Amino acid sequence: MPDLLGWLSYGSFFLVFASSFAIIALGLNLQWGFTGLFNVGVAGFVALGAYTSALLTTPETADHIGGFGWPVALGWLAAMGVSGLAGLLVGALALRLRHDYLAITTFGIAVTIQLVANNATRLTGGPFGVQFIPKPMQAWLGTGLAWNLAYLTLSLLLLGLAYLALEKLVRSPWGRVLRAIREDEDAAASLGKRAFLFRLQSFVIGSMLMGLGGAVYAHFVGYIAPEDFLPILTFQLWAMLIVGGSGNNRGAILGAFVVWIFWAGAGALLRGWIPAAEQARAAALQVVLIGVLIALMLVLRPRGLLGEEIAVSRHVGDKAPPV
Amino acid sequence: MLQIVADGLIIGSVIALGAIGLSLTLSIVRFSNFSHGELLGWGGYFALSALALFGAASEGMGTPIGPFSFGWVMLGALLVACVLTAVLALALDHVLFRRLRRQGAITLVIASFGAALALRNLLLFWYGGVPQYYSQNLQISIPLVSRDVLGGLRITPDQLFVLALCLVAVTALHLFLRHSTLGRSMRASAINPNLARVAGIDPERVLRATWIIGGVLAAVAGVFSGITVQLRPTMGVDLLLPLFAAVILGGIGSVWGAVLGGFIVGLAESASVSIVGAEYRAAAAFVVLILILLVRPTGLFGEKH
Repeated sequence: MPDLLGWLSYGSFFLVFASSFAIIALGLNLQWGFTGLFNVGVAGFVALGAYTSALLTTPETADHIGGFGWPVALGWLAAMGVSGLAGLLVGALALRLRHDYLAITTFGIAVTIQLVANNATRLTGGPFGVQFIPKPMQAWLGTGLAWNLAYLTLSLLLLGLAYLALEKLVRSPWGRVLRAIREDEDAAASLGKRAFLFRLQSFVIGSMLMGLGGAVYAHFVGYIAPEDFLPILTFQLWAMLIVGGSGNNRGAILGAFVVWIFWAGAGALLRGWIPAAEQARAAALQVVLIGVLIALMLVLRPRGLLGEEIAVSRHVGDKAPPV
Repeated sequence: MLQIVADGLIIGSVIALGAIGLSLTLSIVRFSNFSHGELLGWGGYFALSALALFGAASEGMGTPIGPFSFGWVMLGALLVACVLTAVLALALDHVLFRRLRRQGAITLVIASFGAALALRNLLLFWYGGVPQYYSQNLQISIPLVSRDVLGGLRITPDQLFVLALCLVAVTALHLFLRHSTLGRSMRASAINPNLARVAGIDPERVLRATWIIGGVLAAVAGVFSGITVQLRPTMGVDLLLPLFAAVILGGIGSVWGAVLGGFIVGLAESASVSIVGAEYRAAAAFVVLILILLVRPTGLFGEKH
């Protein structure tokens, strides 16, 4: 049954991509959905994570600096650390100002990271990127379907872990403060909540998840290049969050899978429909389609497929203490 | 040294013209329009198509006027580009932004980010990714200052034309905003939209005027960029960061601030080319942006928020 194997192989490939997107979308959801912070540089934070982990874990090479041969797990932690640090810097600069500044600054940092990835050849390998990124567990499982499925399990596990942790966070008092600040900063401030600090924490945690998502992607493909982290990536993630429903972690995950299916499906259809010589144009049209999808969603169903859940303290139902 | 300044001023005039429109949208329509860069790109390509249409009747860019590489046909194409880009800006507002205005500024920013990607990829779809030029003729630059004085200065007539027309456009806009009724209504709406409405100013009319002015200036900037550099489908997004840096540097809503900011970012870019090399040029705008956020986030001429 070669067909079934082919499907299984393609399916696991597809799902690993979708779950690394879902991890990033969860990070974006914390920033935007729960805190109202607009990050236009998602691709930059993802790229930072992917490159950090790749450079730390690859075997030594003459092509570029790096290649420290670290264990993959450490690389992933470092990826979260570096992306989080970038989030801290950007947040410290822009989060005190009106919201447009955060959008513009994050856009700027993504452009700059893209520039460095492309040009600092000694560090990043330039346009050729980083190759031979180690695939964890490959020593036992080989390169075949077994490894794909194992990696899929691992990335789903990480996704589940991120989901549970975030659910815990946003339902905690901390999460309620975030939403309070998002809805009415003055009211939250009058209760003694320092909006800037809460925003910064949320922004940094979100950035860390983006870095992790990038690293999960990098170690699955085994090869990264600057063109993997173009602004279109930022846009896909926004599409995922908006379609799924921002302010809802399950929505973010659902959106990641739905939009990824839509994206891959539209790409396959267009490739079949447009002659081979015009493939670059087909890719352009694919982006236009997803642009139209997001615009339609914003106009017709702004709350997304799932929409925000009302989360209240788990103590609300309890009997009031005797006065 | 002189050459760096001259190059910076020419890049700067493109940035300045784009930044004015972006600044007006930010202060009057009240959101960061990430699709503004695409208006520059579309303006540039509209002129290319108009040129091709006219070119069927005449030769290329027409007989050159004086020392310039282009003829009257090019000016006609510029005019067509201005009209079409203004229409495009209005259409975008009508189809997308107007429907989302009630949902708040951030929804508009997301929508503009999506619109930018769609617009850019439509350009890529229609015109292809290969850079294009209005004219295949190479223009010889004239030495203005000899090489002994501060490294000398060479400039093409086209570049001088771009610089001069930029200053004319900015002055005209300044007079319009200062002295015409519509211009005053625009400034009033920027400062206090509710008060402006109470005073009988039609907000829709002000918004329309803002989009038209932004579109026209973007088209001029796009065509200038096409004349002095080249036309690429990605020119809009490449210019977006310099535009934002110029707007914030100058202070949101200030026309002269945007112009000054544009020239400063342009100078920073041309200086960075000679200091760290052309490949990091785009980062110059980011450095300017970070510096201004650190030192004076309201910009040079901005008001406190």
